Amino acid sequence: MINVIKRVAIGIAVLVGVCAFYTGYRELFLATGWTWPFEVDDITLPSLPSIVGALFDPVQEDGELLISLLFKAALFTAKEAFVGFVIGTIVGFTLGAVIARFQMLQRGLMPYVVGSQTIPILAIAPIVVVGLGSLTIAGWTPSDWLRVSVISAYLTFFPVTVNTVRGLESADPRAIELMRSYASGEWAIFLKLRLPSSLPYLFGAFRIAATACVIGAIIGELPSSIQGGLGGAIINFNQYYVLNPQNLWATNLMAAALGISFFLVIVIAEKLLVHRPPETLT
Amino acid sequence: MSAQESVVSISGLGKVFPKGGVTALENIDLGVQPGEFISLIGPSGCGKSTLLRIIGDLTQPTSGEVLVNGKPAPQARLDRDYGIVFQAAVLFDWRTVAKNIALPLELLKWDRAKRDARVSEMLDLVELNDFGSHYPWQLSGGMQQRVSIARALSFSPALLLMDEPFGALDEMTRERLNLELLSIWAETKSTVIFVTHSISEAVFLSTRVVVMSPRPGRIAGVVEIALAQPRGVRTREEPRFFELVTEVREMLHAVETEAELPE
Ligand SMILES: Nc1ncnc2c1ncn2[C@@H]1O[C@H](COP(=O)(O)OP(=O)(O)OP(=O)(O)O)[C@@H](O)[C@H]1O
Ligand SMILES: [Mg+2]
Repeated sequence: MINVIKRVAIGIAVLVGVCAFYTGYRELFLATGWTWPFEVDDITLPSLPSIVGALFDPVQEDGELLISLLFKAALFTAKEAFVGFVIGTIVGFTLGAVIARFQMLQRGLMPYVVGSQTIPILAIAPIVVVGLGSLTIAGWTPSDWLRVSVISAYLTFFPVTVNTVRGLESADPRAIELMRSYASGEWAIFLKLRLPSSLPYLFGAFRIAATACVIGAIIGELPSSIQGGLGGAIINFNQYYVLNPQNLWATNLMAAALGISFFLVIVIAEKLLVHRPPETLT
Repeated sequence: MSAQESVVSISGLGKVFPKGGVTALENIDLGVQPGEFISLIGPSGCGKSTLLRIIGDLTQPTSGEVLVNGKPAPQARLDRDYGIVFQAAVLFDWRTVAKNIALPLELLKWDRAKRDARVSEMLDLVELNDFGSHYPWQLSGGMQQRVSIARALSFSPALLLMDEPFGALDEMTRERLNLELLSIWAETKSTVIFVTHSISEAVFLSTRVVVMSPRPGRIAGVVEIALAQPRGVRTREEPRFFELVTEVREMLHAVETEAELPE
């Protein structure tokens, strides 16, 4: 409990520090008129109060408040990201389990798994999101947002595959012998030993994937005409940046908050599910 | 006695590791009767662990035959005829002590109630009643090893294979666990094959001590330990105990000097 309080306190302190730095930098440059490395004004660095204030202004005349719009957008993107995370985890884990089980596949498949991540996500997003727009599987057409999830899944599966392989192979060889002494087959060894041994590795992958899937969803929204999410909001506010820079800043902050929330969910799930010696003991 | 009645019956056993062509074991013959407590002792690398692992069907021999409860070793493993304890406790960090002990029972598909009853019996046996819900890393090394013994005994195997189970413990803990092991052995009437580097431990625990020689691993001699049962703290103070320790020590020295001679 004391630890939690300490951590929250540190978190708040860092936040206050960053805000103070931002404001200090802005005010100093405004006061001195320095222009290097870039000119500081209300457009390049809008003041923090103006960003917070913009949250509670209507986006258009008599429209809904920015904060409510961004909140809905964040939920929309969160749905895409979450579904992508789940798909990516299932695909990544299955692939990793197959690779770990059949050593021969490791050399054959791994280069492609690694290669998949060197293709810039910006190049795949239009292909998947726009190109597969007319895709129909047995009479079922995936909705637009589901195609965005594919991008999230694409970013998720890689760390999950890599860490699944490492995690499943991390099982103590003596423990494997012990299981064999109980006449266990591969399946029982997988369930009772390899899978639990892999959990810390899996959660390591989940931490990476938690933020990556949010980024994937936002980028996936860009090339499509999907308006409902944070990606749509970013495109939109980008066009009016000079008029209303606060809106884009606020959107970015919301995107960051979404990523952090995903990350925290993973951290809490890990705390609940993984019982391991405190690090000082291992 | 016939092989049928032996718990373990080994004849003409040999093991060559293909890697480097090391002859780990050569021409091993050994019969172990029900209720015996056999210690294997010998210089490092003489094949004690290998022999134990072959009995447990965790390594395949290159020649000879191993019967456990009258069956070939692989069949005995599939029938879960033995429990094994290694030098390290090898407990599963993500399971509580109780759940670690229950692991073999889960694999045997015992139902929950039966499992719980047996686990608490086992916790009793190794005197860890208050620690069932602890995690392994919250226990001392000696306590962890007791959990691993409880786990090996949980499904009442007729045979207990132990590879230097107390090797990493301090002298005091070791002597206490020796006593505990003997009382468990008496209570469960199991047969034990025990690998150790300690002469006094081997003499104190065993009904027979098997001395092995290295390169290639062979049985150099067997010492009958005719000390009275049940043994206790006093046993270690008996003159007969010292004589037997000396006998085993001399046999070991002979084996080691022989091994140092050029071939
Ligand atoms: N997997 C293996 N591959 C190759 N050689 C091995 C293997 N395991 C054991 N050996 C060799 O077999 C011999 C016997 O090893 P073993 O572990 O049985 O000895 P030990 O008597 O248990 O030794 P210690 O007292 O040090 O535990 C050694 O020379 C060792 O190098
Ligand atoms: Mg050994």
